[in-house]
Amino acid sequence: MTGPAHIFDKPNRYIGKPEPRADAARLLQGRGTYVDDQKLPRMVHAAFVRSPHAHATILSINAEEARAATGVVAVYSGEDLAKHVTPYVGTLTHLAGLRSMPQHPLAVGVARWQGEPVVMIVATSRALAEDACELVYVDYAELPAAVDSETALDTGAPIIHSELGSNLAWERDVVVGDIDAAFAAPDVHVVERQFRFGRHTGVTLETRGTVCDYDPSEDQLTVYYSGQAPHMMQVIFSKHLDLPEENIRVISNDVGGSFGIKIHTYGDEIATAAAAKLLKRPVKFIADRFESFLTDIHARDHIVRAKMGVTEAGKIVGIDFDDLTGIGPFSMYPRTSAIECNQVLNLTGAPYVMENYRAKGRVVFQNKTLMCQYRAVGHPIAMAIADGLLEDAARKIGMDPVALREINLMADDSYPRTSATGMKLDDLSHKRALRKLTDLMNYDGLRARQTLARKKGIYRGIGFVSMVEVTNPSPMFYGIGGAPIASQDGATVRLDAGGALHVSSSITEQGQGTNAILAQIAAGVFGVDLNRVKVTTGDTATTPYGGGTWASRGAGIGGEAMLQAAQALKDQVLEVAGVMLQTGVETLDIQSGAVTDIDGSVRLTLADLARTVYYRGNELPNDLNPELIATRHYRVTDFPFVFTNGAMAAHVEVDIETGFVKVLHFWAVEDCGRVINPLLVDEQIRGGVVQGIGGALYEECHYSPDGQFLNATMADYMVPMASEMPEITIAHIETPTKTSILGAKGAGEAGTGGAPAAILNAVNDALSPLGASIWQMPMTPERILASLNQADCN
Amino acid sequence: MKAPDFDYLRPASLAAAVAMLVEYDGEAMPLAGGQSLMPMMNFRMAAPEALIDLVNLSELRGIWVESDTIRIGAMTSYADLKGDAAVQKHIPLFSLALPHIAHDAIRNRGTIGGSLALADPAAEMPALMLALNANIEVEGPDGARMLSADDFFLGMFETALDGELIKAIHIPVAKSEQRFGFHELTQRHGDYALAGVAIVQTSNTYRAAFFGVADRATRVPKLEAALEQNEDITSVLAHLNSVDFTDDIKANHTTRQRLAGVALKRALKGMTT
Amino acid sequence: MSRYIDISLRVNGEDVRATVPSRLNLVDFLREELSLTGSHVGCEHGVCGACTLTVNGDTVRGCLMLAAQADGKEITTIEGLAENGQSAQLQAAFTKHNALQCGFCTPGMLASALGYLNTGGSADRDAIRQHISGNYCRCTGYQSIVNAICDVIEETSI
Repeated sequence: MTGPAHIFDKPNRYIGKPEPRADAARLLQGRGTYVDDQKLPRMVHAAFVRSPHAHATILSINAEEARAATGVVAVYSGEDLAKHVTPYVGTLTHLAGLRSMPQHPLAVGVARWQGEPVVMIVATSRALAEDACELVYVDYAELPAAVDSETALDTGAPIIHSELGSNLAWERDVVVGDIDAAFAAPDVHVVERQFRFGRHTGVTLETRGTVCDYDPSEDQLTVYYSGQAPHMMQVIFSKHLDLPEENIRVISNDVGGSFGIKIHTYGDEIATAAAAKLLKRPVKFIADRFESFLTDIHARDHIVRAKMGVTEAGKIVGIDFDDLTGIGPFSMYPRTSAIECNQVLNLTGAPYVMENYRAKGRVVFQNKTLMCQYRAVGHPIAMAIADGLLEDAARKIGMDPVALREINLMADDSYPRTSATGMKLDDLSHKRALRKLTDLMNYDGLRARQTLARKKGIYRGIGFVSMVEVTNPSPMFYGIGGAPIASQDGATVRLDAGGALHVSSSITEQGQGTNAILAQIAAGVFGVDLNRVKVTTGDTATTPYGGGTWASRGAGIGGEAMLQAAQALKDQVLEVAGVMLQTGVETLDIQSGAVTDIDGSVRLTLADLARTVYYRGNELPNDLNPELIATRHYRVTDFPFVFTNGAMAAHVEVDIETGFVKVLHFWAVEDCGRVINPLLVDEQIRGGVVQGIGGALYEECHYSPDGQFLNATMADYMVPMASEMPEITIAHIETPTKTSILGAKGAGEAGTGGAPAAILNAVNDALSPLGASIWQMPMTPERILASLNQADCN
Repeated sequence: MKAPDFDYLRPASLAAAVAMLVEYDGEAMPLAGGQSLMPMMNFRMAAPEALIDLVNLSELRGIWVESDTIRIGAMTSYADLKGDAAVQKHIPLFSLALPHIAHDAIRNRGTIGGSLALADPAAEMPALMLALNANIEVEGPDGARMLSADDFFLGMFETALDGELIKAIHIPVAKSEQRFGFHELTQRHGDYALAGVAIVQTSNTYRAAFFGVADRATRVPKLEAALEQNEDITSVLAHLNSVDFTDDIKANHTTRQRLAGVALKRALKGMTT
Repeated sequence: MSRYIDISLRVNGEDVRATVPSRLNLVDFLREELSLTGSHVGCEHGVCGACTLTVNGDTVRGCLMLAAQADGKEITTIEGLAENGQSAQLQAAFTKHNALQCGFCTPGMLASALGYLNTGGSADRDAIRQHISGNYCRCTGYQSIVNAICDVIEETSI
């Protein structure tokens, strides 16, 4: 239920204000503490011998020379570590039928992707460990590799896990209504396209890494972890290294970007923890960039054949598609690698009213790097399918794409309701968002200029997307399926003797500004100045228990817990103040660090109150035992997810001689509910858009037919850089979610989810007068030239 | 990844540097700016026994105007070239090209000699040398010699250097009857080009050197002749058929040929006046 | 002729003498030997820009220079910039515009931005974008960084 408005309207409220981050100064002075900055006494360094083959039997390992090499402390093979680490399997019960096989931190018997760790070397420096890696001789017998997802299910294809009988990991069908009948109706036009979404990866600027420290005297493992889910990792280390959960402390200090990359179980990191336990000393492993490309989870890699039917009048009658996705040789533990396909099946066309829907998803094993959840899981695919087909259909029936959306978008007053696939939707604003977007970009003016430009042989295009984003997930996302992943988060707010607040939360900071918004919420709701709030996150020993920051859940879930905890502490403090001041609680408030009358006149500073409680309890009645600390936990109930919506547009220019695409401008109107800090949200959305542009135009993991990763350097794998990125205009609509008092939904993934569809549509709009179109991402110059050639041939 | 171990040597003279090269019998590599060598070592793709740092060889650093040529020491950085008044005045092609070479932090250390010795087919500098008809002064155990750019680049990462070091580059001073053109096509600013070309037009003759398109910086004599004959652009571009265009993940040979043609057209359109 | 080499240099205004492995690169030397962990390692092949720092006043990639090559040089890292106040304006503008998120690119980005300011770069947004296009940021959309640099130039030119 929507809470009392006064929380957001008080004089010293901070919610909604563009407050700069308190921790920016630290990072700007080079005083951040990332994992690789940790230097512990007796620390040693890990490096890994990795499989050079996509699929090979490991016949023998000769590590004698390596063992004797300078500085080498230990050498472990897969078999060695298997004695100390139990294997893990990436399946969850709510993804019925999902199959995978037990995975070891280092390959045992068979290596199944190029880059899979095979031997671990621990030495006194990383350089010496790498030297020793070159002295390990592994005898491999190459096996045929299943690389291409399109042929991985063919009869005779190499089978990666013979126990499973095929390379099929999971499949699901969704059927709603009667799509065949709908498409066969007399006035229905059907468009059909094959979409290809290349593999890409997160390329966090700080690579994955860990420092693991084991103290045998207390059987205590401390893990410095560059990641997003400390409590989840605590369970994983406990379960697979046979240590009591409470003896594991996972600490995330500064994290140099994550985007879903650093939330999985990586063999090299588990091996590092195992080595620390075996060696009884700290071990550091920092992936180098080459290792990152080869072993960080990849994402996307979908081939989709899809159809949409629209009536002559522009009514969408349904969508029918088949999604095939390759996930590497295992389903990633513990989140699984079927979630992205599942999201595609659930979310495609979710902004639109639709009676008929048929979707088939197939998830296949292949001898490539593992695929798993990366920023905007499934969204870029789902949005590109629906909105790509929508604009294709608009061209076919000769209707403006905005007009076609107007006809089909769910009405803003039609909630709560469900999508065609049964997703529960509420508090969305598709139509307002689209109208705000077209106003913001001066759509009519842009179209007029586009027409003029075309006359001069300049091919510009305008493309849109109307989108939803899954945020604030409930236990229905992972917990229900048996994953050790908390869906609730906790917040603790403590008033100290000096009148300052110390707050802690189980959500984590990876640069989003988590700590900043937690402070804003606590300060504003409780009633102190922002600079009197100190925030702790990212430490399983000192924060409440919770899920961390992923799936755009930090602000919505962790923020609400903080709001409730701050409110609880406030109630408690006012009770104490009422007794001390001999007045009714209802006549008091807390503002700017003092207990005040309702009109704001100061009665008692918080420092005075706290000092009385802490130092001179004798002045209080004996039956008053103030805690001056409050903890609240919050989870989303009633809804599996809290959906947000947005409308975005891209303006591009295609150089038809070279196939180069320049993004001229990008606009995003986002409804993430209550905006806690527009300064942070806006740039986070921009960063998301840029990541989406990366997927649309630049980023792709290239493999040879035998499974060799061909572009594992930053010179060859192209990430978006400043020069080519457009100015991005952001605007908001705020429809608070009714699931919380705070009303915040997530915002972190919207740009990445929506931008690819908008760019695709813009490029195709630009190409349309030439009769060309492209349905493969990234839209490289070569692919665009090929589509133009194809059009010429036609 | 960390570089493999090596001996680090810092000779005080060119003669000493050459002697060290001999001593290591092909297992040592000269270190100029290191902006290409260091990445290769950090990937353990290069593992020389020794690096011979040329930093103290002051005779290798400098820009000297010598009547009708400019002599540029091999250890002169891109940044030095970019900021040098004589270069700006006498080698207009450099002013067109240098902003496209990587980024400031790389240009501050990367050297002209290093780039030529490496002979990366995608790099701009070898093509500039071909277009400018530069001469490359080298010194080795058997003494000094002068090589024309046309004879210098033998293949991918392969040059005519035979246990020698590049000492200096001699570039003819721009003449009033010359015009210069440069165009490269990169998806991202500062990247190696998918295709690029540097052109020097002297009266009605042309030297056009392509880069990023084949196993080395490449001139196409028939294409240059066609330009001289003022043939129409379609028949000029047809001469690109003789080039063995590279196929890789960024572009196949068909795309590269097309882009080379576009680069040529655009470079011709943007010739200095 | 040794696989170790003695070097002496100035780092952030302090004289430093050290014996370093010949293969140790400058950024690793600063981080590991001097505990100046503000310079970050992102790719070790000179593309990402995270290790960008200043040597004798020029921006360079710390991963593409050996510690041995820094012998006799004057190095300024982010810690030094913070201390000597040279980057104070940029830091304030980066904070104001939220021109950083995870902060991992930030020290290198500041070094590049400072290089731009020091060579008289203009408040032209495209020129700024081009200049910082050797520094990868995965978090922001670059726009806030451009805003921050622009702000400093405009403030200074008043």
